[in-house]
Formats: sequence, C-alpha cells, structure tokens
Amino acid sequence: MTSTAASALPRLELSGICKSYPSVVANDHIHLTVAPGEIHAVLGENGAGKSTLMKIIFGAVKPDSGTVRWNGKEVRVANPQDARKLGISMVFQHFSLFDTLTVAENIALGLDANVNMTELAEQIRQTGANYGLELEPHRHVHTLSVGERQRVEIVRALLTHPQLLILDEPTSVLTPQAVQKLFVTLRKIAAEGCSILYISHKLDEIRELCHSATVMRMGKVTGHCDPREETAASLSRLMIGDTEISHPHTADTPVGAVRLSLKQLSLPKAHAFATALEAISLDIRAGEIVGIAGVSGNGQQELLAALSGEDRRAGSDMISLQGQAVGHLGPNARRALKQSLVPEERLGRGAVPELSLTDNMLLSEQKAPFIRAGMINFKHTIHAASQIIARFRVKASGPAALARSLSGGNLQKFIIGREIMRGPEVFIVAQPTWGVDVGAAAQIHGEIRKLKQAGCAVLVISEELDELFELCDRLHVIAKGRLSPSVATQEASREQIGLWMSGLWDQAGNTDTQEVAYA
Amino acid sequence: MLKLELRAGSSRAMAYLSPLLALCLTIFFGALLFLALGKNPLTGLQVFLIEPIRNTAAISELLLKTTPLVLCALGLSVCYRANVWNIGAEGQLIAGGLAAGSTIIFFDHPDPTLSGSMVLLLACLAGVIGGALWAAITALLRDRFHANEILVSLMLTYIAQLLLMYAVNGPLKDPNGMNFPQSKVFSSEYLLPHLMHGSRLHIGFIVMLCATVLMALFIYRSFAGFRLTVGGLAPLEARYAGFSSRRALWTSLLISGGFAGIAGAFEVAGPIGQVLPSISPGYGFAAIIVAFIGRLNPIGTIFGGLILSLFYLGGEMVQSRLGLPSAITGLFQGMLLFLLLACDTLINYRLRWKKS
Repeated sequence: MTSTAASALPRLELSGICKSYPSVVANDHIHLTVAPGEIHAVLGENGAGKSTLMKIIFGAVKPDSGTVRWNGKEVRVANPQDARKLGISMVFQHFSLFDTLTVAENIALGLDANVNMTELAEQIRQTGANYGLELEPHRHVHTLSVGERQRVEIVRALLTHPQLLILDEPTSVLTPQAVQKLFVTLRKIAAEGCSILYISHKLDEIRELCHSATVMRMGKVTGHCDPREETAASLSRLMIGDTEISHPHTADTPVGAVRLSLKQLSLPKAHAFATALEAISLDIRAGEIVGIAGVSGNGQQELLAALSGEDRRAGSDMISLQGQAVGHLGPNARRALKQSLVPEERLGRGAVPELSLTDNMLLSEQKAPFIRAGMINFKHTIHAASQIIARFRVKASGPAALARSLSGGNLQKFIIGREIMRGPEVFIVAQPTWGVDVGAAAQIHGEIRKLKQAGCAVLVISEELDELFELCDRLHVIAKGRLSPSVATQEASREQIGLWMSGLWDQAGNTDTQEVAYA
Repeated sequence: MLKLELRAGSSRAMAYLSPLLALCLTIFFGALLFLALGKNPLTGLQVFLIEPIRNTAAISELLLKTTPLVLCALGLSVCYRANVWNIGAEGQLIAGGLAAGSTIIFFDHPDPTLSGSMVLLLACLAGVIGGALWAAITALLRDRFHANEILVSLMLTYIAQLLLMYAVNGPLKDPNGMNFPQSKVFSSEYLLPHLMHGSRLHIGFIVMLCATVLMALFIYRSFAGFRLTVGGLAPLEARYAGFSSRRALWTSLLISGGFAGIAGAFEVAGPIGQVLPSISPGYGFAAIIVAFIGRLNPIGTIFGGLILSLFYLGGEMVQSRLGLPSAITGLFQGMLLFLLLACDTLINYRLRWKKS
C-alpha cells in the first residue's frame, strides 16, 4: 500500500502449492503473494480449500509439493512452532480458550513456560490500549462476551510480535458494530507493517477492509484482484462461478392461526456456562417465517433445547404447540404434534456420523411404516432415504452412505429433507445454511419458503443477518437469554437489529455501549 | 522409520482383520513365552492349542466351555454398544447360578412336586432373574446417584462371590456333606439333558446358539437395539431423537445381567451339578475379551468364545502335560486383549514406511 511496500520483498510468497486428500484435491497449484503491511483477503466458499492453505502456511499441514518463501527466503514450515518462530500467528475461527482460567492465564499457556504474570498482565493492558483491544487481564474467560474472547485471541497473537497474522472468518460471531471496531484494530496493525491474511466469504467486509484478494474455488485460484475496485457481483462470480442463483420471490400467503406459542418461558441455567432464559414470549402463526437473530451463546441453544423437548424443565403451559401445553413433553410427543426441528449441529445432533443415511432416518421417524412391531422396516426406510436424496439433490453414493461421508451442505439438505418429508405444521431450523455453499443455501431457502406457502409455521434461528432479512416476515433478537419484541422485516434496519443484538431494545437511542452480551 | 498415519476413514476390513492379527501375534508371543519357560515352543503351542481339539470328546468340552463365555459376551456386547461399561458379568453369573442352584435344591427332595424339566425351566428363569437383579443394583446406583458403573459392577462381583460363600457355608450346605462348604449333588433328573452320549455338552449349547441369532436380530433389526446403539454411539443425537438414556442404561444392564445369569444357571445345572464355592473360573471376565474379539457382533462372539474356551482347555493341558502353571490361561487372555487393543489402532491409522 505504501511505495516502500511495493519495492520490498514480499512477506510471503507461495508458489505451486498442491495438497490432495484421498477423496479431494484441496489445493491445486496455488500461488499467493502477500506484501508487508498488506491486508490480503482469501476469498472462497466453504470447501474451496482456504482452510487447508492456511494450515499449510501455519505448518499444521504439509503440502505435497510447492514452495513457501518467507521474506524472500525459501522455508519449510514443519509445524506451528516453526511458524511462530518465523513470525506467523493465527487466530482460529473456533477459539481455543479455557473458560475457567483468566485472560492472562490463557495467554500465558501459549507462551514460554516461565512468564512473569505481573509483567504479562501489564503487557496485555498495553497491547490492548495500543490497538483498541481493551481487556481486563484478571477476568475469567467465561465471563467474557464472544467479541472479548476474540480480543484475547488477537492479543495473544500480537504478543508474539508477528509479521503475518492469519484470521479465519473473524467476523462470523460479531455484531455489525463489533465488526467495525475490529476493522479499526486490523488497519492499525497493518499500518505498523504486519501483514494480515483475512479469510472470509463475506464480500462486503472484504471490499471494505482488504487491499488485495485471492479468490479460490474448488482448490484452485480463480483470480487475484483489488477488492476495492470490484463489485460484490464480480467477486461473487469469481467465487462461485457463473451459475446464476435466482431467488424466486413468492407471493405472500395469508397468515393463519398461532401454531407455536411461548408464554413467559423462563429457565434457569442448566450448568455454569449456560445462559438462563428470561420470560421469552413468542407467537408463530401458520404461513409465516419468524426469525431470531443474535450472537451465538445468548440463549439460542437453550431455547432450541426447550423447543425440541430435550429440556423438559419448562412449565407445561409455557410452551404450546397447536394449542396444546407441551412444556413437559419429550421430542417424540412434539413430533406427533407435527413439529419438525433441524438442530444447529448437523453431525453430532441431527445425524450420527458413523451410521448410514438410512439409519439416520430413524432419528425422527419412529412410527409405522418405518417401525413395525418393534422391528425396523428397512425396505420402507431405504425407500424414504432414496426419495430424499433424489428430491433434495443430495450428493451421496446412496442411502447406504455414511452420514460423515457427505459434505456439510449435502448432509444439511438431507436432514432438512428428512424433517420436511414428515409434513410438518411447525418447522424450527437453526443456522440453516451455516457452512453450506451458495447453491445449497439457495435451495434450502427455497424449501423453507415452500413450507411457508404450504401454511407451515416456520421459526429460523440464525446468526446470519443477510439470511434472516431475506427469509423472514418478522424478526426477533435474542440477547442475554431475553427476547426482543418482534419487528416486521421491511421496517427493520441492520443498524437497529445490530443494536438489539447488544440487548438494547428497552432504552431506544442509548448507544453508549456496543458490547455484546455476555456469552 | 515406521510411522502411524491417520486414514481418510476408518477401515472396515481392518476392523475384522484386527482380531485375527491379534490372535496370530498372541500365538507368536505365546511361543516366546514357552521358550522363556524352558520348553520347546512348538511343543508348547501344540499342547496348548492343538491337544484340546484332538477328537470329538475334546471338542465337545471346547463347546461346553464356549457356552457360558458366549452367553455372557452377548449381554456385554449390548452394554458396550450402549456405552454402559458393565464389567461385572462374573458377579451376575454367580448370582444367576446361585439363584438357579437354590431353586433346584428347593424342589429336589424324595417325593417331587414338579417334573424335572419343569424344575429346570424354573431354575433357568431364576438364573435370568438372579443375574438381572444383580445387574439392576448397578443400574440403580448409576441412575440414582451417578455412581460409576465400572467400579460398581466390578465390586459387586466380589460381593456376589461372598454371597455364594455364605450360601454354601449356610443355607445351601449339604447336611450329609461332612461339613464341606458345598450343596448336595442334584438328582439326575434336575440336570440339563446332554446332547450326546458320553459328553458333558448339554442343551444349553443349543440355547446359546438360538440366543445368538435372537441377539443379532435384536441388535441389527429391532428399533430397541437401534436406540441402544445410537445412545452409545452418539448421546446428543439420541437426545435429539428422544431416546431415553435412562432407559438405555436399564435395558442394557438387565439384558446383560439376564444373559450372564442364565450362563450361571447352565453351569450349576450342567457340568457342575451342585452349588460349589466356585462356579466359574472367570468366565464373566473372559467374556469381556470375547465381546471385543467378536467386535460386539453376536455372531462374532461365537468365534471369540471358541478362542477363549480353547485357552481355558490349553491352560489345563500345559499344566498336566508340561508341568506349567495354569496361570498360562490368564497370560494368553491378557496378551490377546492387549494385542487386540493395539491392533485396533490400525482401524483408524495405517503404517507407513518413511525415510527420515
């Protein structure tokens, strides 16, 4: 960005990097050059090979071929320790912090064995003050918000004085306001000469923040560009190819009777790191899609457990389904009342990785004709699984394919298909397109709209504001275990929802704190 | 340098080959063991592994010992699939044997009220109930107080053993038995009918084969079996599906206890024919190895049962022929389990030769 940067040796230069796994070529002759002080975006959909490439740079994965040059010299990064010695730091998408330790203790764990804790605390304060990453070193991590936890990770990375900082999807857990704050910090870090590799699939952010971009698709580099001079459409063409994705806008369906209703649902914490739910009230009518926005960890999981029937501590009339009090009923009794629920975790809750798609049908299909006289009717179950694969265009070798052999998007299509094929009248879905590629996401959104047209009451819980604005008729926001009043999507603005995500719907206009609620 | 490398997915072939590989390695190290004990390793192996199956009479003994091993292992397979770590099959076997023996002794008097087969049926039922009740203690403590089922089921084994000691020294002691701690010998009509003349192999063997088929149906075809498997494999998915983990705990422990209990009943009413202070040479513990060798698959447990039964007979053989201690059986059992666990690494990893 400066004239010296252009003439200097590149900080990092990758050429001809290849890495293949038994079933997929993750990186195919990748070239990438990052100048000192440059904020360089690596843009691509899930599965494009971004993560593999970053792991190669960070020494966590060994490339099959290709060279890595660091400040002009060819290097072999054998492991993350090597990378840190060179001056490469990485902040992962999923934080690696211990909840029960303090900020300083967590940071000390990543440093040399003998650190002076008082000095370290001072360093943390100073680094924080320099970059606008204020942190209280002696606070326990479980009391921090998600945004604050990310600061801990960034400060930890900065304390090693890196020359290259890798950030993997850093904004996926932040409110719009917190994102702006992060960008200020990143620009300051870059201005001091540290290069930043910024991995994301969010086009607007990249256009706003980054100096240059490398776009990847299916393991290959499809383009280098200056994102500030591109439009979102041109970037997205590089990212997903020429396939045009249309969003058929459906005619509005008349809204019917209340199908799912929460009345003052309150639940105490089930464990120390859970979020208590406070007086949540919500009505969902037939033929409408209601969205709940919010940063993760603000009670979404707890709310879902109460809605699914996994958590039965609620008073029976706090939750009513099709007019019946169901707070005390388990998942199967609620399925009998035509409720379908797609959980947030696909592998690990919605499907058993080690079992076939056929077997996974039985997680929510537990009645005739799937089960007869206590025995599994395999013929029918296989048939039903095949139907889902065909109708929802699930890429799988067949109904006998193990769930874990499917990509995230295809498994999500299968699970959503399984829940839709049951003919639900109430459909609850969490993070419907999390980690799903654009094509599959459009398909999933289309299916959700079809449900609405068919008169189903739909609840979408998501962290993606774009998705909620696109799908929903009304929006709520969850923060600190409380639910905001609802607002019609046409009347809502992103700023307003962003503010509500901090729990500030009671004091309208009061914007002195932009911090996210404690997770 | 030989290196372990993560496979792309776990290898199905290796899952089945691993027990065979472990068996081959056990035989190899067994040969070394005989060598270290100053015996010709080939002779040692011949006496240990071949002698016990030299003729039909010997093979019928092999099948006789396979019966309790497989019955216990069938129940344990259900538990382990459900992620319930019952290692107290030995205690459940003893409890079942004690219940069955007491039933026979209750009816076995000079003017019988019930026919022999009726009493045997009741004795087997008592065995199932006795074993299941003993396992129910573990289930109850785990369910109510979150007690660790591994420790509880193991410690209950010793309690069952002491209960048996009390019974043969007290209420069940033979009044005409010169004060030996044992019950009277059951009248012949209260013993399980033999399958062949001149062999101790009894009808329990057939029951065991039928139980294996039923268990395979239960695990692979029934919805109850599916619920247990999902509960063990993936607790969160089971919660989502609405499968109760408490129900899985109770079901698997009661089934397991029942199977171990009937194994005990068959021992008491079969080859032993009375209640003794010891009614099992550790079948319940060996069955843990049987279950794992059999890959928690009911049909597989038959193969595992045959191997472990062979080890029992081989141990007796080397004792009488070569003058070695019968602890050899335990050593072979231990080696087999140890090597099996080691070989199981190869299901998810493969060996690669790497030039360093």
